[in-house]
Amino acid sequence: MYRYSEFDHDFLAERNAQFRAQVERRIDGSLTEDEFKPLRLMNGLYLQLHAYMLRVAIPYGTLSSAQMRQLALLAEKWDKGYGHFTTRQNIQYNWPKLNDVPDMLDALAEVGMHAIQTSGNTIRNVTADHFAGAAADEVADPRPYAELLRQWSTDHPEFQFMPRKFKIAITGSENDRAVIKAHDIGLQLVERDGVLGARVIVGGGLGRTPMIGKELSEFVAFDDLLAYLEATVSVWNQIGRRDNKYKARIKITVHEHGIDAIRAKVNERFLQVRPQFKGADMNLLEEIKGHFAPPAFREGSVASFESAYTNDPVFRSWVDTNIAPHKNADHAIVTISIKKHGQTPGDATAEQMRVMADLAEEFAYDELRISHEQNVILPHVHKSDLPAIHAKLKEYELATANIGLISDIIACPGMDYCALATARSIPVAQEIATRFEDLKLEHDIGHLKIKISGCINACGHHHVGHIGILGLDRAGVENYQITLGGDGTETAAVGDRTGPGFAYDEIVPAVERIVNTYLEQRDNAEETFLQTYRRVGMAPFKAALYPEAQANAA
Amino acid sequence: MARAFTPKVVTANDLLEGDVIYLTEDDRWSRELSEAELITDEAHAQVRLLDAERQVNRIVGAYLADAVAGDNGPEPTHFREDFRRTGPSNYAHGKQETSPQPRA
Repeated sequence: MYRYSEFDHDFLAERNAQFRAQVERRIDGSLTEDEFKPLRLMNGLYLQLHAYMLRVAIPYGTLSSAQMRQLALLAEKWDKGYGHFTTRQNIQYNWPKLNDVPDMLDALAEVGMHAIQTSGNTIRNVTADHFAGAAADEVADPRPYAELLRQWSTDHPEFQFMPRKFKIAITGSENDRAVIKAHDIGLQLVERDGVLGARVIVGGGLGRTPMIGKELSEFVAFDDLLAYLEATVSVWNQIGRRDNKYKARIKITVHEHGIDAIRAKVNERFLQVRPQFKGADMNLLEEIKGHFAPPAFREGSVASFESAYTNDPVFRSWVDTNIAPHKNADHAIVTISIKKHGQTPGDATAEQMRVMADLAEEFAYDELRISHEQNVILPHVHKSDLPAIHAKLKEYELATANIGLISDIIACPGMDYCALATARSIPVAQEIATRFEDLKLEHDIGHLKIKISGCINACGHHHVGHIGILGLDRAGVENYQITLGGDGTETAAVGDRTGPGFAYDEIVPAVERIVNTYLEQRDNAEETFLQTYRRVGMAPFKAALYPEAQANAA
Repeated sequence: MARAFTPKVVTANDLLEGDVIYLTEDDRWSRELSEAELITDEAHAQVRLLDAERQVNRIVGAYLADAVAGDNGPEPTHFREDFRRTGPSNYAHGKQETSPQPRA
């Protein structure tokens, strides 16, 4: 795991001292809100509906137990005892006081964390596959490169006032768990003739104009990758549209100019930029790689795991849903659901954070991950420790066996917190989860991703949900549009709208009708929702959702 | 033709706490919508908004929000303002922690 250098510590200390002084000047009236706002946003501080909100980056989703404990401390000391993990591997505190924020940032700096560039028109937190370094299917651990990108993009002088925000995601696997095709730049590590590099995807994004990213280059060797990325961001920084906020993201630039024209410009710029990269970045990458050396995986019998799996049905169910294969056969990747039925997706209490930190320290080589799907991961666990972990998780309402199932919902904060939201999303998620829990259908339904956004900006990734729900304000009333068939993986697709939206009290029954239609239509229990949708198309779902329209047409 | 003016309250967020606040007739900032000054005259509304915006050391983001007269003072007309005067719906946090609010 990356450990801050003296340079990193000094940089952060100086930056935090600057912000402390800026807060003081805002409070004593020397700075107006117009002057202060860009400064606070550069440090991750928003003003939401009911309070300030501090968004803290969890670079590439990786935390040590000490860092997780510090997040718990912040929640307890300066917030209301909990934190909200987001779809971009950040944690948000919903109730900080302006006076306290400088202390919160200093506390984060103690464990090598910050809130820099979690807002504003900059390169945001670089996200990564939450199974990085543990997955059985990866070419290489993408996190050293993600850390290099964090250092490159933080306070990058050319990229502080861009047309709009810029999001980068990176994965080391062909199986995309990092939604790279819905990012401004998505990187997939690939190896060619023994040389490590990346396939570069550009121009993906959700929001009001959803686009699936296009391939900018099928392979750029690591030696050239940073120069190539700098060239790409630089081209967009110059020609990206600053006249219209809604057309400012790189996806629109790519769409308007065409991928071939963009590629030509990037290649041209690359030749100019490349000589500036004289290999220092590669030396740094080598050094960073040392920080991410895999732990010394312990060996031992897995007999206790096998016996618990055979004898304890609750444990077995949890293993079947929440455990993924690890690159070492006697180890496992544990996904801890922070989505107990009826709870707010992505929220964890300070106590739960400490329990997860303790488990990481005792059983998981001191590592935790936060997924974009708003869950917490113990990436390396010896299988014989799984029963003890499960027992502990049960005590703290963290043992819900629902990963990848209908109640494992992504939901943005929506109008319960967010100043931009047009409708609520959290209670919709809560009600869908409890409804299907009551029906006891969840495991029968199988793999199904529901994603909910409370406005068109799509923080809840609704476009790439198998069932996507978008909350809007229609004439002063909450209204929910549904899309079907979205996919955020390597076979990425934007979902199709079913038709007119549904009122707040109609949305859960509408989802139920969709699910019932799937259960009727599927060929067999193995055929997932997405497979069924791709086979049968929209028609049967439409018929179930809008029976009146069908009747009128008949 | 210009649209008819609908009654308004002046609302903002408190600079230090971030909490939702409302301008009262006697120039205080209240945490309760029910204590806000319900403004029925458009010109007066603009004056009151300017009064609020001048208080840069106390408040952030003042604006005029639609409201209607209720039995106990102004009430919201839009669900967003209803959330602002109450707090989030997933936890009893925000204003509902300290003062019970009606929830539609």
